[in-house]
This record gives sequence, structure tokens and C-alpha cells, in this order.
Amino acid sequence: MKKAFELFFSFFKIGAFTLGGGYAMLSMVEKAVVDQKKWIPNDEFWDMIAVVQSLPGVFAVNTALYVGHRVAGTKGAFAAMLGAIIPSITIILLLATVFREYRDQPVVERIFKGIRPCVVALILAPSLRMIKSAKVTWKTAIIPIATVFLIWWCKISPAYVILAAIAGSLIYALIIRRHETARRNTRDNGPSTGSGTSSHVSESRVPRQKEKEAKP
Amino acid sequence: MIYLQLLWVFVKIGVLGFGGGYAMLSLIQHEVVDHYAWMSTTDFADMVAISQMTPGPISINLATYVGYTTAGFGGSLLASFALCLPSIIMVYFILKLFMSKKNNALMANTLKGLKPAIAGLIFAAGLSMMNTQNFVDFGRGQYNISVIICVLAFVASYFFKANPILLIVISGVIGFFAY
Repeated sequence: MKKAFELFFSFFKIGAFTLGGGYAMLSMVEKAVVDQKKWIPNDEFWDMIAVVQSLPGVFAVNTALYVGHRVAGTKGAFAAMLGAIIPSITIILLLATVFREYRDQPVVERIFKGIRPCVVALILAPSLRMIKSAKVTWKTAIIPIATVFLIWWCKISPAYVILAAIAGSLIYALIIRRHETARRNTRDNGPSTGSGTSSHVSESRVPRQKEKEAKP
Repeated sequence: MIYLQLLWVFVKIGVLGFGGGYAMLSLIQHEVVDHYAWMSTTDFADMVAISQMTPGPISINLATYVGYTTAGFGGSLLASFALCLPSIIMVYFILKLFMSKKNNALMANTLKGLKPAIAGLIFAAGLSMMNTQNFVDFGRGQYNISVIICVLAFVASYFFKANPILLIVISGVIGFFAY
């Protein structure tokens, strides 16, 4: 129970003071969990983060849940999660009530007229950065273009687009895995006839451990 | 009814929210502005600005905000909880499955393939917010200050990795003097 409280307060502090989302938070979590409290050894922590990164949902919440669960079971998971989100919820509720009062003031309206175009830019910029980090080539550029066309022009729900993309990527990832296994078998059993080409193909598609900037 | 809708919307976003805060932002934008029409694009842009400037994950901030404006205090708690619910379930059921190195590599590769589509998804959200409600002076008179703000903010963010909070503050100051 004591550990659950400690988890709550650690994540509460992190949730209350990190601006800029998931990745800004990560180094603070590492400091608290690995360096100060020594709850989780360093390499295990980063292995865990590698898994959490590829899961859907709020990265900060996922991290809190896994760290909490690892340190103090179910109680720990919930304590850490609540610690991570309670500051957010409280601050937003306070601001939302204040903003509701003052939003029709001419001064506030003027300020926000300037802010809105900036928000649009702040959404467009990471999408292009993501295209760069995903190493989209002229051939694969069809994927983001088709996505934009389907969602923006055809007004198709992004949910369906994501589901279709998951199906496509999963099939692709399974093919990579089969190539990998084939390559490993070739290496273990010595070069056998006919497997030379498949090993060559998989060579160019070796799955690398995910880069850190997967989630901006 | 509104509670059920909030629950459904944010559970769905919690399940499909691959690729970080901005990907979830575009999912929320579609559901809240386009599909259910709970708010206008200007309201949403204001929310994003406020969520961006306050500490904590942007998607939790947005969920709380959307829940609060559509269904009050209860709505805000429900929306944030709904967003976390799939994650909570995953800790127990998927943890064991994905802790194995083999499955984690599969998952990481899937996510890598998903990335170009997620980028398109976020770009589409940005495009649908490019309208005359958010760009108030577009096509009126010769000074398109809103377009200038957008272009400068984009250049600063994309090429120079400028701090988003700083950009929002500067844009607010420009807006205060320009409008």
C-alpha cells in the first residue's frame, strides 16, 4: 500500500509538471522509477518502454499502468494511472470554467483569432515530420496521400482507415517475420539451394528496433 | 445518451489511438467536430491551444475538455476514463502476449507500417481546420495576417523545432495587436 502511494505521488508530480506530452515525460519517469526509487532495473525499464510504445492509447497512461503494475500489482497500476491523469483533469476543468466565462470578451477573442492559425500549423508540422521519419518514398507516398483523400475529401471515418492500415501493416509485418525466420533457418542449416533469393529479400527489410521518435 | 456517446467515442479512440497525441487529436477532431457536431472548428482549435499549453498528455486534456463542454463535470471524468479504459484492459490481457520479443517485433513492425497512414490522418485533420472560421481575415482585404501566422508557425515548428507553447503565445500577442 505504501508503494501504491509512492507511485501515485511520483506520477502526480510528473503529470503536473511535464509540458509537451509523452516523450518529455519519459526522462522524468526514468529518473523517478529507475534512478531514485530503484523499482525497476534500467534495461528492464527500456524493454518495457519499447513494448508500451507500440501499444495504442495515451502513452503516459500506458507507461504509468505498466510501471505501476510491475512495481505493486493492480493497486500500483491504478495508483500510478490516477497520479498521471488527475493533474491534467484538474487543470483543464479549472481552465475550461474560466475560459467559458471570458471567451466572449473582445480581448480574449482577439488573442484567439491569432492563436487558431498557429494551431493549424502545429497540427500540420508533426504530420510532415512523421512522413520524414517513416522514410516514405515516392512509391509509398500513395499511403499518406490516399489517407488524406479518404478522410478529408470522401469524409470516411479515420477509424476505418486505421483498421484497414492495421490489417495491411500486420500482413506486411508477418511477411517480414516469415522472411526473418527463413533467413535464420538458412543461416543455421547452411546455405541450401533456392533460399538464396529469399534471404536476399529479407536482408533489405530487416526489422529494426523502433526509433524513439515513433510518437511525437 | 450523451454519456453513452462520450463513452463510445473515447473508448474507440483509446483502442485505435496508435501513434501518439496528434494521431488521437485527429481522431477526436473527426468524432467531435465532423461526426457528432458537438462543437465548431474554432471551439476545437481553442481547445487544442489550451490543451497544448497545459501540463499532461494532450489527449487526456482534450478528452476532459470535450467531456466538460458536452456533458459537464461528469462528462469530463467519463471521457478521460473511457480513453484510459482500453489501456487498463490491455495491461492485463496483452502484457503477457507482447512481452515476448518475437511478438513485440511484430507489433513494432506493424506500427512502422502504420506510420505513413497516421501521418496522413493528422495532415487531414489540419486541412479540415483550414477554413474561414479559423482564418478570419482570409479573402478579406489585402492583409492575410492569419495566413502569415500559420506559415511562420509552420516554418518555425517544422524546420526549427520551436517550442509549441512559445509559438501559441507569440501568435496570441500578434492576434491581440492585429485584430
